[in-house]
Amino acid sequence: MQLPEAEDLLTVLTARIRQGISADTAVVGIHTGGVWLAERLHRDLQLALPLGALDVSFYRDDFGQIGLHPQIRPSDIPFKVEGSHIILVDDVLYTGRTIRAAINELFDYGRPASIRLAALIDRGGRELPIAAQYIGATLDVPPAKMLALEKKADGKLGLSLYDKRQGNE
Amino acid sequence: MSNNPQLNKSGQLQHLLTTEGLPASILLNILDTAEPFVGVTERDVKKVPLLRGKSIFNLFFEPSTRTRTTFEIAAKRLSADVINLNIAASSQSKGETLLDTVNNLSAMHADMFVVRHAQSGAAHLIAQHVRSDIHVINAGDGRHAHPTQALLDMFTIRRCKRDFHNLRVAIVGDILHSRVARSQIHALTTLGVPEVRVIAPKTLLPAKVERLGVHVYHDMAKGLKDVDVLMMLRLQNERMLSARLPSTEEYFKYYGLTPEKLALAKPDAIVLHPGPMNRGVEIDSVVADGKQSVILPQVTFGIAVRMAVMSILAGS
Repeated sequence: MQLPEAEDLLTVLTARIRQGISADTAVVGIHTGGVWLAERLHRDLQLALPLGALDVSFYRDDFGQIGLHPQIRPSDIPFKVEGSHIILVDDVLYTGRTIRAAINELFDYGRPASIRLAALIDRGGRELPIAAQYIGATLDVPPAKMLALEKKADGKLGLSLYDKRQGNE
Repeated sequence: MSNNPQLNKSGQLQHLLTTEGLPASILLNILDTAEPFVGVTERDVKKVPLLRGKSIFNLFFEPSTRTRTTFEIAAKRLSADVINLNIAASSQSKGETLLDTVNNLSAMHADMFVVRHAQSGAAHLIAQHVRSDIHVINAGDGRHAHPTQALLDMFTIRRCKRDFHNLRVAIVGDILHSRVARSQIHALTTLGVPEVRVIAPKTLLPAKVERLGVHVYHDMAKGLKDVDVLMMLRLQNERMLSARLPSTEEYFKYYGLTPEKLALAKPDAIVLHPGPMNRGVEIDSVVADGKQSVILPQVTFGIAVRMAVMSILAGS
């Protein structure tokens, strides 16, 4: 299937978010693809608050089934969450379970004034009542496929489609 | 697939009993998993929901305050329920056997046992006996092993020195009676440290210790030359009674780590100690509180490492 250009979607997403930012807006990316996007958004939107990153492995709801994910990166929230307006950034919005985990984790850093969600792609298939305020595009992806953001050697972002590995996502 | 009682059929860690015989990949996975837990312990809410609803029993058949406390904190920061059993003062004194105690606790739906016992092999025995969905962590058995202590030492070394492959490490003190030393030696050699030294008087060294792949020194001046890492061991007072040493004063004179002796090591050498310290016996206060000491970071990292071990086991 024909995949859109991630860089084009990011341009669209950046323009949409730009209208909703203020001095106390912070972006927080979800590892790994979400952090790449958040880095770009943080730079292009010239946000004053430092960039945050979350690895939600300790908050996932599938620990009981599949155990701990390998290669967990430290979460890093280098600003005061209490009272901040956070834009949570992920590459692909699907079941909503990762976002649920991320929201729970953020609240362990403090009580934000608000959390909004930005995703490059919304592929539908929600299993929780979660919605994004900013999306680059919606895309129908067959359930057996996994859509992933990748960073190329030149630093540009691209989308790839995989057959889902057993037990994953 | 494997004869190692610590691994399950898929080669994942099922119990942590000793660092001996564990592949480097498993040791490194524990260290890597501990890294993000350090961040958790620095937050306002020092807790993640990973082991919510799990029951972890601390079975301490031998008194220990620090190790039991750090396991308890680790379990609580993973949101597990922790039950501390000071068994020295309970059913065993009424005549119940070790395995009957474990059976009873298993019937209370324990998910994990953290075991400290004066007899070598106690944790192994429990691990062989429990249902396959129960995990056992050895928190020190006799003179045999203390794997989480060794792992937190490895974590501390890696944080300070970044890599194991160009290090000279000296373990100093009562190697003979030390489960910590044995677990450290296995972990260091597995992780690729090219030169591990042990420094001790002859009376405090096990026979044929060279077989573990270490270089033996009896003289601090020679043994500490150019080392990157000094791992001090606690001199247990009860050893004095067994006439292996003339006096603590004499031990301090020859083997106590003073600033003068530390100066023989590399200028950026770090000093570790598993605690509790005997100041003025195996270590001088100036060194213990000095710039090269990483003794308090060891305690902090110990919690993250134990959180990593518990969550890897619970997820296997």
